[in-house]
Amino acid sequence: MKSAGRMIPYLISMLVKKPDTVLYPYVHANVPEHFRGALKFDQEKCVGCKLCQRICPTGAIAIEKLENTEEKRFKAVVLMDQCIFCGQCVDSCPRKALENTENFELASLDRKTLKVDI
Amino acid sequence: MGKIEIPLGPQHPALEEPESFNLLLQGERVAAATVALGYNHRGMEKACESRTYIQNIYLLERICGICSHSHSTCYVQTVEQIAGVRVPERALYIRTLIGELERIHSHLLWLGIAGHEIGFMTLFMCSWKDREVVMDILEMLTGNRVNYGMNTIGGVRRDITPEQAEEVLKALDVLEERTKYYTKVATEEVTIISRLSGVGKLSNEDGLRLGAVGPVLRASGVARDVRKDDPYAAYANLDFKVATDEHADVFGRTVVRVLELMESYKICRQVLKEMPDGSISVKVPGKVPAGEAMSRYEAPRGEDLHYVKANGTDMPERVKVRAPTLANLAAITHMIEGGYLADVPIVIAAIDPCFSCTDRMVKVTDLKTGGEKKFDWDGLRRYSIDFYAKRGVDFRNTSIGKEER
Repeated sequence: MKSAGRMIPYLISMLVKKPDTVLYPYVHANVPEHFRGALKFDQEKCVGCKLCQRICPTGAIAIEKLENTEEKRFKAVVLMDQCIFCGQCVDSCPRKALENTENFELASLDRKTLKVDI
Repeated sequence: MGKIEIPLGPQHPALEEPESFNLLLQGERVAAATVALGYNHRGMEKACESRTYIQNIYLLERICGICSHSHSTCYVQTVEQIAGVRVPERALYIRTLIGELERIHSHLLWLGIAGHEIGFMTLFMCSWKDREVVMDILEMLTGNRVNYGMNTIGGVRRDITPEQAEEVLKALDVLEERTKYYTKVATEEVTIISRLSGVGKLSNEDGLRLGAVGPVLRASGVARDVRKDDPYAAYANLDFKVATDEHADVFGRTVVRVLELMESYKICRQVLKEMPDGSISVKVPGKVPAGEAMSRYEAPRGEDLHYVKANGTDMPERVKVRAPTLANLAAITHMIEGGYLADVPIVIAAIDPCFSCTDRMVKVTDLKTGGEKKFDWDGLRRYSIDFYAKRGVDFRNTSIGKEER
């Protein structure tokens, strides 16, 4: 049947339902498992091959040698403003030293704080 | 009656994307229309030449925020063709699944946009609410809502577990029910029918002559679909119909998209049922042998085309992208001409345009003389350095000015 206002019954039914939106900063938003969020780096596993550094599409990650340590140790310097969270470094790492976490709340007002050692 | 020329755009003529149209008006009717491309050129094709094949997947994925999987699949298909890689069956099925889920989210998005353009905000709010269901599914399967990053050269990066498949099937049931409701709304609500019928007519012959693609052409009654005509991924093994409609106007395009949604649910269910076991990717060396290839993909907006020329190194020599919107631009001017000015936004929106994907050039108009000029890269660089030098900002002694001079 063709008529106007075909969506009105549905809209009325919506009046008694809970809102579909959540009050985000006050209510925590959930992300699924294996979400590609901020990177996590394991110093124990890294052998310093720098594959991640070479494959990164935006040049956001750099592996640097740590001074004053007995064994050869490395740290990862990530430019969070350039990282596109593609997770290619995680896929490329032969020792699984890199990992994506579920952390997505990474906004900052100061650009200097976006260069992080992990 | 005198004629006046007015610009439409470049700021958001229909959707939130920049493109400029010049309309010659006679009264309220559009006598002539031209598209002025070149407002949002991003130089991605050039950028591809200085990145490796793997890095290019992520760059090309960002051509479009909505059909990101389309562009990356089309590109990896091309590279796989050059390298002569046989992609595992399971990977092809996963690509198909993500591609169809993407089509579902894109068409639901379009339905909302169409409602927004004609002032039917209820439809906009409701279809975008339901779109969240498929967005969540995509996020669960791939790890991101928009840029899925599912493809890699030689297969896909993530497998689908039985639990995830179960979740997808549940979501498909919800979406199918909602789409049936929207089909009813679209075909029975008189405000939609009378607003969209007869607007932006594109006849069968004109559609073919102007090279329209995707739902725009299918709404003119031409059953042309790359998934059927030149099957890629797993489409050759799947049973589905190509949705067409005879209305040949914006209303027809709405019907085609809603029907395509129903076909997509069918395809997704088949994919999940028939998905073979096995590995999801094969290892491909970083260096791709010299050669060239072209690949086609049915993006939600129509036929997407990628061309790659390899020269034996780990970076391509040339990458060419023909986004579906570029193919539909000639049809847009034809559809606008003769119609009312008030219909222009919805006619433009009806091709589901993606202008940023389409832009391939920069045009400089001299405001004093009105002359237009084309620049090559070095010319544009020189021009900009001189332009600022005249205004007191001298780049000539800095590293920017010295380079290539």
